[in-house]
Amino acid sequence: MTFLQALVNAVTLGSVYALIAVGIGLVFGVMRLVNFAYGQLIMVGAYALAVTIDWPVAASIAACFVSVVVVSLAMELAVFRPLRTASPATMLVTTFAVSFLLQSIALVKFGTLGRPANSLAQLNRAISVGQIDIRYVTFVALGVAAAALLGLVLLLNRTTIGLQLRAAAVDPRTARLLGVRANVVITVAVVIAGLLAAAVAVILTVQYPLVTSDYGLRETIIVLVGVVVGGIDRLWTATLGGFLIGFATGMLGELLPSGDGWPFTKGVYLDSAVYLLVIVVLIVRPAGLFAPKGGLGVERV
Amino acid sequence: MRRVAEVAGPLALIVIVAIVGSFVSAARQLEFLDALVAVAMVVALYVFVGNSGVLSFGQTSFVAVGAFAAGVMTAPADSKAGQLPDLFPFLKDHAIGNVPSLLLAAGIGAAYALIVGMPLMRLSGLAAGIATLAVLGITHNVLRYWTKVGPAAQTLALVPETTGLLQGALGAMLIALVAYAYQLSPYGRMLRATREDSPAAQAAGIDVHRQRLWAFVLSGALSGFAGGLLVHETGTITTEQVYLDLTFLTIAMLVIGGTSSLWGAVVGALVVSGFNSFLGDAENGVHVGFTIDLPSGTRVIVLGAAMALMLLLRPLGITGGREFSLAWFARRRQKEARA
Repeated sequence: MTFLQALVNAVTLGSVYALIAVGIGLVFGVMRLVNFAYGQLIMVGAYALAVTIDWPVAASIAACFVSVVVVSLAMELAVFRPLRTASPATMLVTTFAVSFLLQSIALVKFGTLGRPANSLAQLNRAISVGQIDIRYVTFVALGVAAAALLGLVLLLNRTTIGLQLRAAAVDPRTARLLGVRANVVITVAVVIAGLLAAAVAVILTVQYPLVTSDYGLRETIIVLVGVVVGGIDRLWTATLGGFLIGFATGMLGELLPSGDGWPFTKGVYLDSAVYLLVIVVLIVRPAGLFAPKGGLGVERV
Repeated sequence: MRRVAEVAGPLALIVIVAIVGSFVSAARQLEFLDALVAVAMVVALYVFVGNSGVLSFGQTSFVAVGAFAAGVMTAPADSKAGQLPDLFPFLKDHAIGNVPSLLLAAGIGAAYALIVGMPLMRLSGLAAGIATLAVLGITHNVLRYWTKVGPAAQTLALVPETTGLLQGALGAMLIALVAYAYQLSPYGRMLRATREDSPAAQAAGIDVHRQRLWAFVLSGALSGFAGGLLVHETGTITTEQVYLDLTFLTIAMLVIGGTSSLWGAVVGALVVSGFNSFLGDAENGVHVGFTIDLPSGTRVIVLGAAMALMLLLRPLGITGGREFSLAWFARRRQKEARA
């Protein structure tokens, strides 16, 4: 495995993680809510793809997007809206409960064995460029990530609702005083986060076609960690954090030495290596890797 | 008097659970044992989270190392030689008794918490939560693959099942007593001051980092001890049993009970455990005036929904974060007298 190949894989993983990071960061921005149930939105999308496997591909993908957005909106209306004034710990635990609930529903409905969602499997074919193999899904992932980020930047910077989103993220109370309607802004953020989760589900099922009830959970937790490492307060640092942790995971996964005798052998102790890196970064830069120097310290008054 | 009641309430509840548990069938008794061990784990978590106000996902790591240390050291040496040939010799060739294994679990939990806590307790808020989550990830990863310290991906079996109702109740009561003594001590009070108003506490000369570290280490010791109780209850353990599900469940129990009181921790653990058992029955059909018969497998769904609902209705938890108090009964009696 060459260095270049590792780089390509790492960038692919990084862009998928960046998409998840945007979804998490956007919702955190307007609601101050760390959504542990985000992974279950990806799971819903993946199951939607699995269930509609006999449909035409476009219809199947459409079904995936629709079901994820519906579940995302339902989550906001039924759970997060009534809890808007609760303490962060309560909200966090509620997202656990929702995540647990959705996982259990999936487990009861679809069983433990997992369902295949491989209607896009041909994207796994690779083309060779010199020494390295690039799978089509790499281009899809990069393309979707780039398009989604570009679209989001345009939305945030060029439209009224984007301005309101940014205002609500900086200071929700003042934004409301100035006539920004919290429910509208949050609904928009939730819908966008849902669309992103659906896109992630489509890309992930190409690489991991077996859909189980904990689908997307590991990725979400790693990205959540990455988002905090990057700095959850701002969308671009959150996104970059998500990309970086994906990139680091990809690079470490390829480049760690294999064989006995090493503390972090390839594959097996990959998670430990990544988490250790996270702890070190957090100790050095508690407010996030890209937080302004000398800015917000640990304690905010 | 008030203080006696504050600690007597939770202790009495534990005793009641143990006594009721001794009158039921053997299968049912397991559920009471689960509840007692849950109390132990949740109160251990509460010592840090409740007093400091900093959410930690890391306490399950201490439960895990405690459970594995106590389990590996009490499994008979000859079975270890066959089952776990890769263990370090000092782990493989020795076996210790029940009480030493619990003390060992507490010691290892404390030592691990000290090592982890020294750098991490400088963090607060989300960064602290995420860093402790990273610690949990590392603990799970290492325990799952390092065959020299434990069973790795296999199930550790043949651990003596010494946690009966007596040991479960005594263990839970011991943890609750230590937790209460700590929160009344100067250290506990200083930490609670930092929870309520960190800048003011610092201005009064309290070292936030040091106070959090003490609580983290104490909580680590109690969590390790609770892990020892857990492994001696089930007799077998895998790394998956002490990972994310347990973390979420214990945090949920604490928040549902009420994060900032010992009473809340005990009540939360018992209410969620009890409700879980009840739903288990309901899957087989149960009669409570009318018959409830849930389709099998729906238990977890109802539990998840109930937890979400509970938090919607009472965001501060069942107890509202207040300690047990006899005055509550007195007020109620007055109300009834007036009516």
